[in-house]
Amino acid sequence: MKRIKGGEEASSGESPPEACKKLRTETSEESEAVAAGESPLCDWSLLPQEILLHIFQYLPLLDRAYASQVCRGWNEAFHMPELWRCFEFELNQPASSYLKATHPDLIKQIIKRHSNHLQYVSFKVDSSTESAEAACDILSQLVNCSLKTLGLISTARPSFMEVPKSHFISALTVVFVNSKSLSSLKIDDTPVDDPSLKVLVANNSDTLKLLKMSSCPHVSPAGILCVADQCHGLRELALNYHLLSDELLLALSSEKHVHLEHLRIDVVSENPGQHFHTIKKSSWDAMVRHSPKFNLVMYFFLYEDEFGPFFNDEIPVTHLYFGRSVSKEVLGRVGLHCPRLVELVVCANGLRPLDEELIRIAKHCTQLSAIGLGECEVSCSAFVEFVKMCGRRLSQLSIMEEVLIPDHKYSLDEIHWEVSKHLGRVWFPDMMPTW
Amino acid sequence: MVVNSVHWFRKGLRLHDNPALQEALNGADTVRCVYVLDPWFAGAANVGINRWRFLLESLEDLDNSLKKLNSRLFVVRGQPTEVFPRLFKEWNVTRLTFECDPEPYGKERDGAIIKMAQEFGVETVVRNSHTLYNLDRIIEMNNNNPPLTFKRFQAIVSRLELPRRPLTPVSQQQMNRCLGKISDNHDQLYSIPSLEELGFRTEGLPPAVWRGGESEALDRLSRYLDKNVWVANTRVKTCSLYASPTGLSPYLRFGCLSCRVLYYNLREIYMKLCKRSSPPLSLYGQLLWREFFYTAATNNPNFDRMEGNPICVQIPWDQNPEALAKWAEGRTGFPWIDAIMTQLRQEGWIHHRARHAVACFLTRGDLWISWESGMKVFEELLLDADWSVNAGSWMWLSCSAFFQQFFHCYCPVGFGRRTDPSGDYIRRYIPILKDFPNRYIYEPWNAPESLQKAANCVVGVDYPKPMINHAEGSRLNIERMKQVYQQLSHYRGLSLLASVPTIQEEAEPPMTDESQTSSGPDSPPRVLADIEAAVCLMAPDSSTSAPVLDQDNASLHRLFQDHCTSSGQPSSPASSPPQSPAPRSKPGSPSSSCPSPSASPSSLPPRRKGVAHKGRRSQRQRERPSCPMATEEEEEEMMQEEVDEERMEEEETAAAQQ
Repeated sequence: MKRIKGGEEASSGESPPEACKKLRTETSEESEAVAAGESPLCDWSLLPQEILLHIFQYLPLLDRAYASQVCRGWNEAFHMPELWRCFEFELNQPASSYLKATHPDLIKQIIKRHSNHLQYVSFKVDSSTESAEAACDILSQLVNCSLKTLGLISTARPSFMEVPKSHFISALTVVFVNSKSLSSLKIDDTPVDDPSLKVLVANNSDTLKLLKMSSCPHVSPAGILCVADQCHGLRELALNYHLLSDELLLALSSEKHVHLEHLRIDVVSENPGQHFHTIKKSSWDAMVRHSPKFNLVMYFFLYEDEFGPFFNDEIPVTHLYFGRSVSKEVLGRVGLHCPRLVELVVCANGLRPLDEELIRIAKHCTQLSAIGLGECEVSCSAFVEFVKMCGRRLSQLSIMEEVLIPDHKYSLDEIHWEVSKHLGRVWFPDMMPTW
Repeated sequence: MVVNSVHWFRKGLRLHDNPALQEALNGADTVRCVYVLDPWFAGAANVGINRWRFLLESLEDLDNSLKKLNSRLFVVRGQPTEVFPRLFKEWNVTRLTFECDPEPYGKERDGAIIKMAQEFGVETVVRNSHTLYNLDRIIEMNNNNPPLTFKRFQAIVSRLELPRRPLTPVSQQQMNRCLGKISDNHDQLYSIPSLEELGFRTEGLPPAVWRGGESEALDRLSRYLDKNVWVANTRVKTCSLYASPTGLSPYLRFGCLSCRVLYYNLREIYMKLCKRSSPPLSLYGQLLWREFFYTAATNNPNFDRMEGNPICVQIPWDQNPEALAKWAEGRTGFPWIDAIMTQLRQEGWIHHRARHAVACFLTRGDLWISWESGMKVFEELLLDADWSVNAGSWMWLSCSAFFQQFFHCYCPVGFGRRTDPSGDYIRRYIPILKDFPNRYIYEPWNAPESLQKAANCVVGVDYPKPMINHAEGSRLNIERMKQVYQQLSHYRGLSLLASVPTIQEEAEPPMTDESQTSSGPDSPPRVLADIEAAVCLMAPDSSTSAPVLDQDNASLHRLFQDHCTSSGQPSSPASSPPQSPAPRSKPGSPSSSCPSPSASPSSLPPRRKGVAHKGRRSQRQRERPSCPMATEEEEEEMMQEEVDEERMEEEETAAAQQ
């Protein structure tokens, strides 16, 4: 019994997949014998379409296909538009991926029969350029549909970047032009550019709520500003730091604009020693005034000496992730200038313990409820003090055991107990196999 | 009745603490010690020259020890299934003994041999001595599932009786009673093969850093247990990246050293030096990790692969043979990674922190290549690569199982610098970089060109440029990991630790994820024949490689779902304030003021460690639907007990200090 997904949700005595399987075997193998014994009241083929639809929604595509062989009614149900609103195309090549791909014939069928039903579409693409090309080919055939969400997801390397830009752009703009009510668009790591964003704005400005475009090197600050100026319903935005400007923040906090809920900024160093611009405190203040509850999520992938322009002024960051080594000094500034901080992840810092910095963060960041520390040495007593100051609001606390330095107050064996006491729940440091 | 025993050595290449060998000697008229080796297969197998050399040296040592007892080792060429029927007849064997092999492959092989022995009327005696504990017992104690977190494992082990005490070595007296005749042409028929015979070229082969054999293992053990050395090792968090003269792991792998001998020696020295009655489990660190992975693997034949492995998260790794080769051959352009891979290839051993570094780099950190590929390279090169421990560690380090925090990636520059600020390790294994100053030795590509020239090593000419931009690579990979884990948990968040629900929730359709996955057939053709063909076309695929959540992974999936629902709404666990567990004081307990940290499981925080417990519970509930509550309580009780024990221990120390 392999496919039982969704079976639990079914309230009837016999779960739909079971029923289908049963019926399938009956019709194919012993149809006459069973049909004779069955009461006409239980004729499954008379099941009302809406109930059938409800059942079908819980079935994986393969099982729906099996079920569609049972009778004409079920075959019709199989093609009901409701079942084709949402589809995830998986485009993988055997040479570059371990995962299977959506069958080309199925893709053809969908484009032929169901493309006008598609509304929520995503493409998962492996690291090969062929897969990304195939995704573009499908996109450019989606002419008679009206998508609400579109996601282009690279599961390994960013393969859309390998596709000729013009090919990608023309495929993407087909969707922008034909689907006039896009509300969610995820196009991270793609060669999208300013002119194509203009097409997006021209056709979907009333409906666009979410736009994720981290690491899209062909977009300029002016390009994203145009989106912010025109799409007043935008509530979630993800982009790289080089696209962030004072003007963008002011546009997002204009009166016409709805409250922003999430803003994610990736700060990535392309070459060492890169210089980064600063954002005025007044622009951030305007954002907070306009959207007091917005989450500002920042991912930093910088060399230590590139942090100069950051955290010198108050910044309304709520989620902060340092993907590379960050100095004690910068973490000290974080403790002073990030009053809205909720979550902090530090992958690594230098060789000296982070004691005072953590205590300062506990003192000033009163919203902090989640912290993860990787290669960051901390003395046991400073760590306990930090946990004590934050107390039970720390719902997530993660640190490697090997970076906790035992001191005169606590040994490694004691710290688990001491921290558990302050958190009010069982807590252990993270371990790595010492093998 | 005459008893002619054969003891079959595989692992467990020792005469001390060898219960199966003792069984062979017990009341026997003759005993022959056999090692079965197929030279043809040896050349073809994925095992490197250092591992073969270690094995052959161990066999030689065994033969020498047996010679001292007037016996010999019989190395028989061939496959066990072909060799044994011949030996049974030739030697008139009545009893076959060997050490229990808890790994799935070994269990299968041994099952066949036991059956064959039965047919020949040969009694088989199997004894467990490669692991400390009886693994089945651990699994039984965990409600018939192997524990999936190390903490859980420790909690169970702490409830077990101590491991069986080690046995004394085989004595001359014992052996004298059952000496078989050693023929004159023994060396001709049963000699230990040379590396050349196995098809290896040995010209220019440097001397072994790790010499195989029981004698060497026991020498090392006594050095390791030297009081001063031991104290120094435990007091200071030393991290020597170099092969240590007291390192023991390869000897445990081949069974040149009994893990129980090590266990009891550690226990003894601890009690002598620290004057505490019961040593903490952390004393046995590495031994317990080994045991943990053995337990996880013993009933899982797919433990060494992603596909069909119920505990392994399905991650869309990239296939990239060129990048894999650069990593395996130490040509990544990151000196820290290349030095480690060079040491591994030359010497057969690397420090565990070095293992973390290269494993993270290959998988979730930088190259996004499957952990299986890395595991195979370790299998070839690493002397202490036990099948279970190797696969388990790789799954652990690639965040494919055992519920690790995936945010923590080792930096191929910073981690090295933190571990060895001097850079001498790099200079030793990558001599071309020896003239780089410390500042640049971990990132030579950032050194000014004049400096590169002065150091006689221009990056891009004499040493490769870095094969990947680590900042960009780790940014991408963190996103990839997030995708995978979000799909497992139905958690849609912007952040890594706690979940922040994003607005896409309302933008997405009111359908279950399952119905979206396109593990489907060729779709909806009218003609039945078409669909039959389509189904045939797709069916094998859909069972092998569906997206992240295939039926194989249904249990993981559900496990994460459980985890989410346990802490409030699945969409936003963070929004519901973490319930603090009600303090539960034990009557009469002097420390009742301490909150007891383990309360109702439903208030467990949304943390991966917690997930594991949930997951096991849900698995158990499915298997034993009659009394799910009992198991929950059991688990709770177990955690409680553990905490109580720790508390008692704490009080003891407090009392002692006063």
